[in-house]
Amino acid sequence: MAEINLSISGRKAQSLNLVQKLGAIIGLVAIGIILITWGGLTFKNNVLWLSLLLSCIFIGAIVYTIGTYKGKTAGIKNDGVFHRSHTSRGVVGWAAGIVFTAFYIFLYWYPEYLGYASGVEGTNQGLVALFDPLSMFFKGKPASQWFVYGTLYTAIIISLGIKFIVKYRNNRYQVTRTIVVIVSQLFLAYLIPEILAGMNYNDAVDASGQYLGWYDTDIKNVWPLDYDFFYNWHMDAMQAPAYQPLGMTYLVWGIFLFAIGTPIITYYVGKRWYCSWVCGCGGLAETAGDSYRQLSSKKLSAWKFERWIINLVLVFVSIMTLATLYGYFMNTNSLFGLDIYAYFQKPYGFIIGAAFSGVIGVGFYPILGNRVWCRFGCPMAGYMGLIQRFKSRFRITTNGGQCISCGNCSTYCEQGIDVRAYAQKGQNIVRSSCVGCGVCSSVCPRGVLKLENGPEEGRFGNEGPIVLGNDGFKLDQ
Amino acid sequence: MDKIVIIGNGISGVTAARHIRKNSDQPILIISAETEHFFSRTALMYIYMGHMRFKDTKPYEDWFWEKNNIDLLFDFVQNIDVENKMLQMKSGAPVLYDKLILATGSKPNMFGWPGQELNGVQGLYSYQDLEKLEENTKITKEAVVVGGGLIGVELAEMLISRGINVTFLVREAQFWGNVLPEQEANLISDHLREHHVDLRLNEELDEIIDDGNGQVKQVKTKSGEYIDCQIVGLTVGVSPNIDFIRDSGVEVDRGVLVNEYLETNVQDIYAVGDCVQFKQAPAGRKAIEQVWYTGRIMGETVAQTILGKRTAYHPGPWFNSAKFFDIEYQTYGWVRPQFAANESDFFWKHPNGKMCIHVVWDNSTDEFIGINTFGIRLRHELFDQWLKNKASIQLVMSELKTANFDPEFYHHYEEDIVAKFNAHTGMSVAIKPKKWWQKLMTN
Repeated sequence: MAEINLSISGRKAQSLNLVQKLGAIIGLVAIGIILITWGGLTFKNNVLWLSLLLSCIFIGAIVYTIGTYKGKTAGIKNDGVFHRSHTSRGVVGWAAGIVFTAFYIFLYWYPEYLGYASGVEGTNQGLVALFDPLSMFFKGKPASQWFVYGTLYTAIIISLGIKFIVKYRNNRYQVTRTIVVIVSQLFLAYLIPEILAGMNYNDAVDASGQYLGWYDTDIKNVWPLDYDFFYNWHMDAMQAPAYQPLGMTYLVWGIFLFAIGTPIITYYVGKRWYCSWVCGCGGLAETAGDSYRQLSSKKLSAWKFERWIINLVLVFVSIMTLATLYGYFMNTNSLFGLDIYAYFQKPYGFIIGAAFSGVIGVGFYPILGNRVWCRFGCPMAGYMGLIQRFKSRFRITTNGGQCISCGNCSTYCEQGIDVRAYAQKGQNIVRSSCVGCGVCSSVCPRGVLKLENGPEEGRFGNEGPIVLGNDGFKLDQ
Repeated sequence: MDKIVIIGNGISGVTAARHIRKNSDQPILIISAETEHFFSRTALMYIYMGHMRFKDTKPYEDWFWEKNNIDLLFDFVQNIDVENKMLQMKSGAPVLYDKLILATGSKPNMFGWPGQELNGVQGLYSYQDLEKLEENTKITKEAVVVGGGLIGVELAEMLISRGINVTFLVREAQFWGNVLPEQEANLISDHLREHHVDLRLNEELDEIIDDGNGQVKQVKTKSGEYIDCQIVGLTVGVSPNIDFIRDSGVEVDRGVLVNEYLETNVQDIYAVGDCVQFKQAPAGRKAIEQVWYTGRIMGETVAQTILGKRTAYHPGPWFNSAKFFDIEYQTYGWVRPQFAANESDFFWKHPNGKMCIHVVWDNSTDEFIGINTFGIRLRHELFDQWLKNKASIQLVMSELKTANFDPEFYHHYEEDIVAKFNAHTGMSVAIKPKKWWQKLMTN
């Protein structure tokens, strides 16, 4: 017996072991550095403290991962999920939700309280100043709150992505997918854009001190998720002579990916190629948010709400963008007498771009689950969802009559799909909201679910009420 | 319209109710004394381990029943008055029925061991058993689980998830010896030990010893060993739950006796699921078959009969599945623990010791008889078709790539399996490339 329980009773809420505690303490040091600089403290030696912060994020996560999974066999690791306060909407979960939400509110609307340009002559202080050395290294200028956000975001996806890989190491779909998620975030969303900015292909100032503008150089951040792609300043920046030929390349690529690339790839493999493989929002949800996937609502009422809201956001972004394009090509600021910024862009940016995707989408992870934005709000998910539902080769196949209705698939579906409702009838799962994370298939104890691409014919599987295993009769025959 | 009353809200009774409702508006009442709403019994273990809450195990939201006009009654039936078509209830008023479906399930076996009535001794079948387990394991550090079957493994896994040390007494020389061939049994035994289960084969419970206060202190085994424990899990199979039916006039033996139409000896009374004993077992099957899937199929079948389309129970080719800690198991057709004279078999095992397949075929006709698979998922529909069509072992082996149901990006072993199969049998099966599986379906 390698593992002997020395406690006096069976433990329900498993206490942390020593290694886990060490990992948690290292992680708390990172959180502590963020909180005290957020609180206003400006370090003298930001290089040292930033190095410490980033090291603590990585080392803390890795040590915690070792403590959690070392000595455990490869397999499903959901023991105690609903016994822990953190992952079952307990006090710790709520506290985490409040802190995340507060961070987003400051990030979007009060960056000066994070230290952005709040010092003498617009210098950074506190948390933003902490990231100045890294920003200087990449592009020779002080950090913005968005640089802070991007750096932390990437560090969290990498560190908790490693934890995810170890947790799901029995499943090569999960391992492969998560490596791609990490690489996409690190290179496409973070390093390449920062390096391009450093090479003055973006976010640059010319010799006379004239700012040349900024455009998004994350090649996968596509309209309509990147809702300001067609905004005047974004279009102008992509066409700025100093940024060529890269700027125009991004302009053409962005339109191609939205109009041609996305529908074609989604037809062949479903929206998962984006949502759970390369998307940044999806990347955070799959890694940092993995602990909260069981909190999504599986109620029919939630599904009904979802179908309205996500499609309305898609309509909203389309109208807003049409107004924007009208303004851009007609060289006007108003449409039907309405100011395009005040009546279209600003409401979308505030309600959807910031409040929905950031504050609710991530802030509420520990309360509503990790895919609130992706499920209810993301117009890109809405767009691909329509393709996935009506014209795609992707489906989750149900394996004949093997379902035992246990509910693991539904419980761990981050998108709140009641997977079991289909599986127990022998039907395949064809749903616009499925992001193809594959966790339903992973947690199924009977090998019932498989994500696969195949002919559209027969895609819905068994359509009769009788599941496999009775050859005595067929209904309606 | 006839009023249909169903006793028992498990998978069999609920499936019957749903299928009747799909095609008819007649009144339906489901009675249960276990829980107010249907839940998945197979998920009890996940509630205890914290993977799910009780409400997550309910396949239908609570509004489902009223919306579908299926009445529910949370009460216990004390006896059946077949003359007056009336049920005597424990707390409420008597219930009248026109047609009655008995779907009362099972109860854990207790074989009269000394001390089996002590606090801390329990089976694992019902929601109440789960509550009892939660209570019993508050003060538990060591457990003894008796019985080498599926519920025993589940209980061991549950207890270990709470850090309780488990000693597992298995009467047979190998784990699940009445179902699994030796190779598979050994693979699972190794895996149980990897999870720190103290597995004792060829060991039986002799008596359970009182601590002086009516609480379990230890067990004594047949070999004379004393093992300290605060809980004893008795998982030595289940029996039909039919005590209240015995004197009603409905004919019973070990279970409620039915014909192939699931009809009892009393007009308008039917039985489905675990509580059923067939007077004449379906071809190749047992008279009492307590499996989730057969319960569901019986529910589907009896619904047809009640709807006026008298339908015999034909469960189709045998299939089953389970999970032993980390290792999934599926089976299609028959792989019996001992092979008959006309049966040949081939066993393949991955060097990691956690995956294997075992195929059986008829050595005179080459007809495929069955397959066991551990750690590799296979497509039910294809095997169902191959079994119905009496496909040859050569056909099955050649299409293994298409029959695989593992997630994308998994390692595949079909080439190795078929190469070793050819070497073992002297056959020369050529493995075919993977194709879209529905292309192999003939209907």
